[in-house]
Amino acid sequence: MTRFQEFNQGVRDMLPMLLGALPFGIIYGSLAGAAGLTPWQTLGMSVFVFAGSAQFIAISLLSGGVGLTVLLLTTFVVNLRHALYSASLQPYVRHLPTRWRMALAFWLTDEAFAVVQHRYVLRDESIYKHWYFLGASLAMYVNWIACTIIGMVFGQSVPNLSEWGLDFAMLATFIGIVVPMLRNRPQIAAALVAAAVALVCHALPYKLGLMAAAFSGIIVGVCLERRVVAVEGEVA
Amino acid sequence: MENWILIFGMMVITYSIRYSLFAFPDLRFPPLVRQGLHYVPTAVLTAIVVPGMLIPDGQHWQFSVNNAYLIAGLITIAIAALTRHLLTTIGGGLLVFFLLRWAMGQLPI
Repeated sequence: MTRFQEFNQGVRDMLPMLLGALPFGIIYGSLAGAAGLTPWQTLGMSVFVFAGSAQFIAISLLSGGVGLTVLLLTTFVVNLRHALYSASLQPYVRHLPTRWRMALAFWLTDEAFAVVQHRYVLRDESIYKHWYFLGASLAMYVNWIACTIIGMVFGQSVPNLSEWGLDFAMLATFIGIVVPMLRNRPQIAAALVAAAVALVCHALPYKLGLMAAAFSGIIVGVCLERRVVAVEGEVA
Repeated sequence: MENWILIFGMMVITYSIRYSLFAFPDLRFPPLVRQGLHYVPTAVLTAIVVPGMLIPDGQHWQFSVNNAYLIAGLITIAIAALTRHLLTTIGGGLLVFFLLRWAMGQLPI
């Protein structure tokens, strides 16, 4: 495929994710004003930070009058999962020039990761897969900024937008990403353990429960996978 | 002004995390780490979704049939398992969720 075809395919494969991000971006845009952000700051956060869940948590904490240090610490913990995405995709982008790696990293969201990873594991010889990455990323970015603006305009005319439960869109998106990955026992066990730990630790501050849950799930998945391999080795 | 400092800080933190491993193209991971990376999306996203269904406001458990997040979440999981199609899952899940909220009188209309 040519660069242009890869780019287009990336945009197209991102479309379902855009639907999921749509309500989430709108609700962010509509609530940020009440949390004390000016319209330029609301837009600025979407343009410069570009991290849905962190932005969302930041404005809910801002409304609660939390200080700068706690806000930044929370951002760090909530976004730490992106380090794992960065590590997962690194083998596929290591051959790219620095300017490509610097740019693509900025757009490395949950949604981009899920879609782009699918493209990279396909064993074809395309040398333009980074154009696919770019297409998927830009689609998500433009959509997120547009939704923020819609939310800022729309939020003033629709009262109680926060009570509609638009945040369910994020859950639906993540369910759509995770469920097809549950193909074997280690993956299912990783999901169950992560869920259990997340529930038990949900009251921990700064979303530390999320990190505890993630690492528990990963450890259980790896241990089970190693055991399966060991047992098969004995049979053979 | 305080808010712009916040935005700047969030930008630096988020970008540093995302760029962390892209910044070192020559770094190779041991097999154990590579194996662990396969479980990252499953573990992280499940850890966000399940509390979102059972503790929608982040504080109070809602183990009840009146919890649209829980019921619609379970139906969305079923749709995902049966269709394995992303757009159907997200679109169908949202539709079920808002129909449930409407039927339960939980929408502010």
